[in-house]
Amino acid sequence: MELICPAGTPAAFREAVKAGADAVYCGFRNETNARNFPGLNFTPEELGEAVAFAGKRNVKTFVAINTFMRAGDEQLWLDAVAAAHAAGADAVIVADLGLMAFVAREYPDLRLHVSVQAGASNADAVNYLVAAFDAKRVVLPRVLTIKEVKELTRAVRCETEVFAFGGLCVMEEGRCSLSSYAVGESPNMNGVCSPARHVSYREESGALLSKLGRFTINRFDQGEAAGYPTLCKGRFIVDNEAGYVFEDPTSLNAIRHLDALREAGVAALKIEGRQRGKAYVAEVVATLKRAMSADGVQREVCAERLRGLSEGQKTTSGAFEKRWR
Amino acid sequence: MTHKHVLTLGPALFLWDGPQWRDFYFDIADEAPVDIVFLGEVVCSKRQHFAEPYLAKVVDRLRRAGKDIVLSSLALATQPREIAFNRECARQNEFLVEANDLSLMPHLAGKAHVVGPMVNVYNAMTANYLAGRGARVVCLPPELPLASIATIAQDLDGAEVEVFAYGRSPLAISARCAHARAKGRTKDDCRFACADDPDGLPAMTMSGEPFLAINGVQTMSHSYHCAVGAIGALLRSGVRRFRLSPQKVDMIAVATIYRAMLSGELDSEEALVRLMRLSPDVRHSNGFLFGVAGADFVTAS
Repeated sequence: MELICPAGTPAAFREAVKAGADAVYCGFRNETNARNFPGLNFTPEELGEAVAFAGKRNVKTFVAINTFMRAGDEQLWLDAVAAAHAAGADAVIVADLGLMAFVAREYPDLRLHVSVQAGASNADAVNYLVAAFDAKRVVLPRVLTIKEVKELTRAVRCETEVFAFGGLCVMEEGRCSLSSYAVGESPNMNGVCSPARHVSYREESGALLSKLGRFTINRFDQGEAAGYPTLCKGRFIVDNEAGYVFEDPTSLNAIRHLDALREAGVAALKIEGRQRGKAYVAEVVATLKRAMSADGVQREVCAERLRGLSEGQKTTSGAFEKRWR
Repeated sequence: MTHKHVLTLGPALFLWDGPQWRDFYFDIADEAPVDIVFLGEVVCSKRQHFAEPYLAKVVDRLRRAGKDIVLSSLALATQPREIAFNRECARQNEFLVEANDLSLMPHLAGKAHVVGPMVNVYNAMTANYLAGRGARVVCLPPELPLASIATIAQDLDGAEVEVFAYGRSPLAISARCAHARAKGRTKDDCRFACADDPDGLPAMTMSGEPFLAINGVQTMSHSYHCAVGAIGALLRSGVRRFRLSPQKVDMIAVATIYRAMLSGELDSEEALVRLMRLSPDVRHSNGFLFGVAGADFVTAS
């Protein structure tokens, strides 16, 4: 299995390569990718240098162009594909059907990976994208159990890639407008979810409130660790009871399922986190790389180490286990 | 019944028990001025048996009333029987089908169909690609702003756009059932927790403000999305199909208000007043159309 690692900056990119990535994925400095955060991402020149750096070390570069083209401004996305191709990227990761059609038609030599944001969650959907656009790989949404990943992988005519570590979408990726409902900006349209510029904190009778736009997403009592107000990991009141209605503040960690994923025929494991710093990226990549070839005891050590790097020091294997549902 | 504008009734997204579901559609057939009715479970395959026994009668009643019927499919299909169900939806020839998931696409090539609002169409390149393979109608995702809708409507060849015009916006879908979870259950052992909340289970913010509505594995807006303030702009940009999404309100009255507004008998301000009177406990919103937070309500100038 390949290990696909995130890079939000050229420095993180180099760290990921050195730490043992088989491929690194990144995006351009605009809304064509789903981590469109201030100060993050690559210019076409930086991408060219990164591709060359990785290529010399037999590491691949994938470019995420995985938001949905804004009507009337499609050229920005078409240009991103052209720039990725010109930089010598090994693949583009795309979510928009219209953009996939464009890639297949204009750049038949450019490897097309289906982004998790496309929401291709079953074999019929994946095989359609293979037949229609010659997709070579699909990144699976975090809605499938290991058993379903295995069945799908056997039934599709392309490679599968799954998320193994990092931020966890509770909702099916690419089909979530919670963020735009609260603040007017969404992963699909703007490449952001619960964006920082809409986050504020306020004290109220000893408690700390975290807000997204005008909505109070969480309330932390004194002494309670306060987390970032990502919408689907907020506290809400249902039937007069406050709680984490969708999911606790937690990260995905599939380290205990590595053998099952390999046995399922998965081609690649993906680490989420293009918004993270280079030290984090280096440590996560190295630890997961070690875990992939480790025995049970060593792997436990790796799992503990990864837990320490996770949101709220809490991890879950999410949808991989059926009881999560 | 032919109108210059097409009013559609989207699929009922909530779990209503069988007789309730049947009676709702009987009333729609008898009294609602809608042209097209979408039938079928979109949210959760576990619910399908509730309406099943009544489907034939509902279809018959709607047809006799002159309504066209579109069969809606599942939005998220991961289990073999769900994938098989969507495949069967796509392959049957009795009804036009609405694809709510990419799994139907391979079976719809060259066949007339509707693309539902949970398939991501954000631009005319994608809409035209879909039209080229058989889509006759593309119902756009609720989060699209007017500017995008207008551009797509203008540039789309061979198909029409439909705009989500009334009801709780479908915002997200998950493998996990938050509805079951809220009642201390899991999805496998949900005992149809969602049947207790036929208009969705309200989720309030920590300040006590109504924010979302949980509908099984689907998360919706708590507010009712209401496009009336933007109807003029939508009509000017060439949109002529509007979708009303069933809620636990008097949907015949809702349809009558929209119809009167579309035919110019009712201005949008009065339409809004009347709609708000139908559900005084739920806020209306239209922010998505104006490119701001979807939960907001923008008063068009």
